[in-house]
This record gives sequence, structure tokens and C-alpha cells, in this order.
Amino acid sequence: MSIFSKLAEKPWLAADESSLAVNGVPAYAPSGFPAKTALKFFIAVVSVLFFLFTITYLSRSQYPDFQALAGEPWLPLTNSLQLWLNTGFLLLASIFLQLSAKDVNKALNSGGEAREVNVLLIYLVLAVIFSIAFVFGQYLVWQQLSRQGFLIYSNPANSYFYVLTAVHGIHLFGGLLALVRVLVHFYRKSELALLRRSLGLCAFYWHYLFLLWLFLFALLTASPDTYNTIAAFCGF
Amino acid sequence: MTSYTAIADQVDDSPHPGSFFTKYIWSQDHKVIAIQYSITAIGVGLVALVLSGLMRLQLGFPDTFSFIDPAAYLQFVTMHGMIMVIYLLTALLLGGFGNYLIPLMVGARDMVFPFLNMLSYWTYLLAVLVLLASFFVTGGPTGAGWTLYPPQTILPGTPGNDGGIILMLASLAIFIIAFTMGGLNYVTTILQARAKGMTLMRMPLTIWGIFIATILGLLAFPALLVSAIMMVLDKVIGTSFFMPALLSLGESLDYTGGSPVLFQHLFWFFGHPEVYIVALPAFGMVSDVLATHARKNIFGYRMMVWAIVAIGGLSFIVWAHHMYVSGMNPYFGFFFATTTLIIAVPTALKVYNWVLTLWRGNIHMTVPMMFAIGFIFTFTHGGLTGLFLGNVVVDLPLSDTYFVVAHFHMVMGVSPIMVLFAAIYHWYPKITGRFLHTGLGKAHFWFTFLGTYAIYLPMHYLGFLGVPRRYFAMGPTEFIPDSAQVLNANITISAIIVGVVQLIFIYNVIWSLFKGKKAGDNPWDATTLEWQTQTTPPGHGNWGKNLPVVYRWAYDYSVPGVKADFIPQNMPDSEVEKLAAEPDLPRGDNVVPLKEKPAGEDKS
Repeated sequence: MSIFSKLAEKPWLAADESSLAVNGVPAYAPSGFPAKTALKFFIAVVSVLFFLFTITYLSRSQYPDFQALAGEPWLPLTNSLQLWLNTGFLLLASIFLQLSAKDVNKALNSGGEAREVNVLLIYLVLAVIFSIAFVFGQYLVWQQLSRQGFLIYSNPANSYFYVLTAVHGIHLFGGLLALVRVLVHFYRKSELALLRRSLGLCAFYWHYLFLLWLFLFALLTASPDTYNTIAAFCGF
Repeated sequence: MTSYTAIADQVDDSPHPGSFFTKYIWSQDHKVIAIQYSITAIGVGLVALVLSGLMRLQLGFPDTFSFIDPAAYLQFVTMHGMIMVIYLLTALLLGGFGNYLIPLMVGARDMVFPFLNMLSYWTYLLAVLVLLASFFVTGGPTGAGWTLYPPQTILPGTPGNDGGIILMLASLAIFIIAFTMGGLNYVTTILQARAKGMTLMRMPLTIWGIFIATILGLLAFPALLVSAIMMVLDKVIGTSFFMPALLSLGESLDYTGGSPVLFQHLFWFFGHPEVYIVALPAFGMVSDVLATHARKNIFGYRMMVWAIVAIGGLSFIVWAHHMYVSGMNPYFGFFFATTTLIIAVPTALKVYNWVLTLWRGNIHMTVPMMFAIGFIFTFTHGGLTGLFLGNVVVDLPLSDTYFVVAHFHMVMGVSPIMVLFAAIYHWYPKITGRFLHTGLGKAHFWFTFLGTYAIYLPMHYLGFLGVPRRYFAMGPTEFIPDSAQVLNANITISAIIVGVVQLIFIYNVIWSLFKGKKAGDNPWDATTLEWQTQTTPPGHGNWGKNLPVVYRWAYDYSVPGVKADFIPQNMPDSEVEKLAAEPDLPRGDNVVPLKEKPAGEDKS
């Protein structure tokens, strides 16, 4: 039932037996997994957070003191090899989580065979390692930038780079905490069904963080022409 | 799709807490958390009330109180505003009433994430403590005004521009984290943990109001978080997000060309939805109080739901009506004035529906009903002045005058507070099992209701004269006549009386806890689920062994052909038929027996 037909219901009339009741007892009860609903709302919140950062970025970029970090050969992010490497790490983490979520399904179907469970553990550990590699890689980029004199306060473009990567990193760190909790479940030999739900959510969140990172990557390494065009399009 | 069992089908296997600590301190029970939230919010709200009293003393009797200097005055203004809007109203309406009512009204055992809920409260408490800590740092709390506009907020010359502002921004960030944890819980509980038969359109309007307000909060608070992060960096590290290149005290600062107006956009992108984060739960609760005490179904339930949803959506595209004088593009003013006037339409619909709910109702003048009707008055008055301020040409001369102060206090200060009092008097019997004292309640109502008019009505006139807000003292200003000072003195006396009268309420709450008249399970003969629990106050898990099943909407009052004048939501039709035959129903002893319904009234 779509949200519009739900909102068009007339609750003061006697309930339509066919849609709401079975043998006089209302059958309707929401089904689904609460944590998934909560995660979707959380992702909406995080998206709004980054959307607003982006809007301020575009607006701030139109002031004359804004010096992009890419676009000219001598600017540090024109050659963004390290960032591409980090992107690869995050992608791998995302893929391994997806694989582990798939594998737990297989394990569940086969009645929890040891082989599948072991493979699952390997995938999980790889996902954690690549996630940490991503965060470490980002830290290396920070170091390179500050060594070259691109400090957080020396230009608004630098400020945005540090702030956005930091906020993104904090969200990944939060996800890692959740993932460590899954590992604890694993060691306590919790039910596979619970593991499947948790891993499914982790994989979902990692894919989101990966897409978010791609967006930030494109935004932060955009040349002045690109972001000026977008800003003009947005009316700044 | 997983083989997940819907919450309404699960059996109660939650461990019941045993020790004092797990039951009352580190509690995961939504009812205990709600009370913790409420007590903290009211406690910090009393601090803000005292601050407003001090402010008024200065305005009413300038040059009398030597301990109020201009810096202290600005700090009182700032802290009063911020505490009232965020740490009292948002926390009490959503953290307090949201927590208490959501699981009980939708028929759930608890929030879906009880641990997160507990964490939310303790994080909120931390935010409050960080905020209050700013009173004790060097330079005191920030005095930048609750809107915290840069660049003045973090520059020397503004009180509390060092530790004060940093603690304020940190506290806001912590509050937002707390709110997000709570908010995710509220929406998920409403969407996933409703009892069998509780369709969305059978939910009481209280739940609708809290639901949409929570979504607004989840989507609007990030704007405040973004601005808080960027402002802290401007202050601490020296970035130039908002700070323009400027001279301060004759010295050129290191900031380059940041944009203060950008902060204003961000702040009001949060700030305007914030008005509705406070208003929508109040709208919902007042609807339920009015319907219950008028023994009549709420007029236009569907329209009320749609209005709540529409107001929620529109509230995101009106923010710049707070910025007509900020120097933004004048065409924006045209757009935002239009959306502002459009949002008045669903709001007005709600007011009409409240009045029509009262029309030919069997009105019981209980204390909650008096506060609810008082709300209709104060909200209408505050809303009407909003129409003036929403228009650019009228706003320009009135901007930053006492007219604005009067407007927003009526519409989002007094009005939600009236509903909060109505709600406390209404639900106190469920929370504690005892009534609040009626006589004290009525005295509290009349002093508060008439007192707020004595305070804010004259402020409109001060605004017309052009008296600016936030000024420590007017001094010899040509266009302000001496009579303005007489008004100011009168306002101050009224404000102090209203402030002191709140002690009656506090006394009533404490006295009634021990000595109040016993209330029973359903003292108001209400239909909604929270009144149908087996014990009052409800035990841990709320419903005993079986969750309730819902058969009807929340407003079956005075249904024709039924002897009792209400049918609980969890009563099946077969029981209702039996009810029709019974001669007399047991009812709460405070409710006057229902008179015969007027002929010719039907329920459609």
C-alpha cells in the first residue's frame, strides 16, 4: 500500500474486514527488521550533513580567496594517486563485506558448515584490514599536504579537505565499531541469522560510505572550472 | 526477506531489572528515561527562567542592580534563549513526552533500541553539563545572542568569546548526537513496533506530531552541527569559513574572506524547522487533550494528519524569512515571504479544527483542558503577528524590535509551554497514579495565562515604537517616549509574578506525588492505549504478557448508540455491543457523568 493511499484512509469508519482483519482480529502489524529502518534514517541524516557541507563548499568557493587543491600542475591533488589507492582500499573493504554477507547466507542454507564459516571469517577480517588501510591512507594524504604547506587554516579549500575527510573518517570509524561487534558475535558463536542481519547492515553502510567517498573525492579534487560551473548552476 | 518476527508478535522475554541502579539510574525502560529527560529539562529550564527574570529586572529598573552589567545582560539573553529552545523545549517534548508516550500509545513494550535510548539520555545530560560549565569558565558563557552570528560571536568585545563560545558549540554538538540517537529510536519504534491493528491512520495525533517533528529534527539538526563544527574551527584553528577579513580592536586579524551570511543560512535552515520541532508535538498533544476533555472526536482527523505532514515539509523552505535584513538577494525575500504565507494555511486549518472540536462538545473544564484552550488563544495571537513579520515590507521596520520578541515568545515560547502544562496535568495520573491538585492547578493556569498576556501584549506596542531588542539600556533615545519605560517596568513586575507562580506548579507536582488523589487506570475515560494498561503506573514491559490489539481509531468519543461515551482503541466490536446493553459503566470519579447527547448529532 503506498503512503498516499495509507494517508487517505478513513479510520473513523468501521475497518474494511478484507484488508485489515482475519476472522475479526486485525491482522495488520508492521513487519521488518527495525535496525534496517534505523540505518536508513541514519544514512538520510548523514547525507543531509554532507549535503549541507557541500552547499557551503560551493558557496564559499565563489569568494576570491578560495584556492582549489587541484586543477593546476603544481597543486597537490592534481596528482591524486594516493587518493585513488585509498579509494581502492575502501572499495575492497566494501566488496569483502558484501562477500561475507553473501557467505553467511550460504552457511545458513547449508546448516552452518565449518568451511563456509571459516571463509566468512577471512572475508570479515579482510574487510576490517582494508577499512583501516583506507583511514591510514587518508592520514598519509593529510601528512603530505601539511608537509607541503597546505595547512588547514591556510586556505578555505584546505579547510574543507581536512574537515570533510575527517567527518567521513569518523563515520567509517563508527562503522568499524559496529563491525568489531559483529566479530565479537562471531566468537561467541551467536546465531547465524543474527550474524546475517548484522553483516547485511554493515555491508549496506559500507557501500554507502564508499559512494559518499567517491562523491567527496570528485568534489575535493574538482578543478575551479568544474566547481564554478556547479556553483553557478546552484545560483551562487 | 528474513524470517524476522514482527515485534507485535513477539513474546515478552526481556529481563526485568532488579537492582535500584538498573531500575532507576542506568535504566533502559522508556518511562524512566522519559522522567530523567523531563526532570533534567525542567531543571535547566528553571535556570533559564531565573536568567529571564534577571534580564527583566535590568530592563524594568535600569541603573538599580549593580551586579547586572552589559556583558552579564547579554549572557543572560543568550543562555536564556538557547536553553529554552533546545535544552528545555526540544528535550522535554521529544525526550520527555516522546519517550513516555510513543511505546505506550502505539502499543509497544519499549523503544526498539532501549540501550541506545539510555545512551541518548546520558549524552543529553552531558550536553547540559557542558553548557552549564560555561558559567564557570573565565569570561563566562557566551553573550552573542542565541543565534550566535559570526563574526561578533568569536571576537573580543563579545562576552564569553573564549571558553564560553567553545563550550556552547561543543554542548550543541553533543546535544545533536544525543538527539540523533533518540530520534532514530522514536521513528523506528513508530514505524516498526506498533501493536496489531495500529495502522498509521489509527495513531493518535500526539504520535503523528512527535513522528514528524522527530524527522524534522533528524534532518535539521545536521545544519546546526555543520555550523558548530565550522565555527569551532574558525575560533580554535583559525580557518575562515564564516570569518571575513576584518579589523578587530585596531588590529588586522588573520581571517580571509569568509561569509557570515553563510552561517545565517545554515543556522536558520536548522532554526526554522526547530520551531516546528517544538510546535508539532505540541499540536499533537493538544489535539488529544482537547478531544478527550470535550468528549468528542477530533474534528477532521485526516486533515490534521495532512496538515502536520505539510507543515513539516514546508518548514524546510521558509528559513530565510529570518534574514530579510541580512543583505541577501532581495528576490529571496519574495520567495520566502510566499512560502511563509503558504505555511500559514495548514496551521490555520489546525486552529479551526481545534475550535470545531470544541463546538457542541461536552466540555469538561479540567485543568488540562484549560491549558489546552489557553493554548488556542496564545497560539492564534502569536500566529497572527507571524503574518505581519512574514511580509518583507512589514518586517523591515519591525525587525529586531520588541514586536519580534513578543511574536516568537507567544508562538513558540508560551504556546508550547501551555501544551506542556496541559500534557503534564493530563498524563501525570498515568505517570504517578495520582492527580495533580485541581485548585492549585487552576490558580497556576490563571496566573500563567493572564500573566503571559500582561508580559507580551505590551511588548507589541514597544515594538511599534521601534524599541530595539537585546539592548542593555535605552538611554536618552529621542523616538522612545518615557511611557515606554513605564510599560517596561510593568512587564517586569508581571514577569516576576509569573515566574514565582511556577513555584505553585513545582509544589503541586511534589505534593501530589505523595498526597494527590488516587487516579486509577483511566481517570479521564480516554480511548488511547496508554490508559488501558493493566497497572498504573505501567510496569516494565508495559502490557503484561500479551500486547494489546487495536480495533479502532483513537477518537471514538460519544459514539451514538453506545452507553459509555468512549470506546478504548483495544476494544473489539463484540465488546462494544455488550457495552451498549450495560446500564452503568465504572468510570473515574472526577468526570461528570455524560449528559444526553443533543438530538440530531451524528458521527460522520
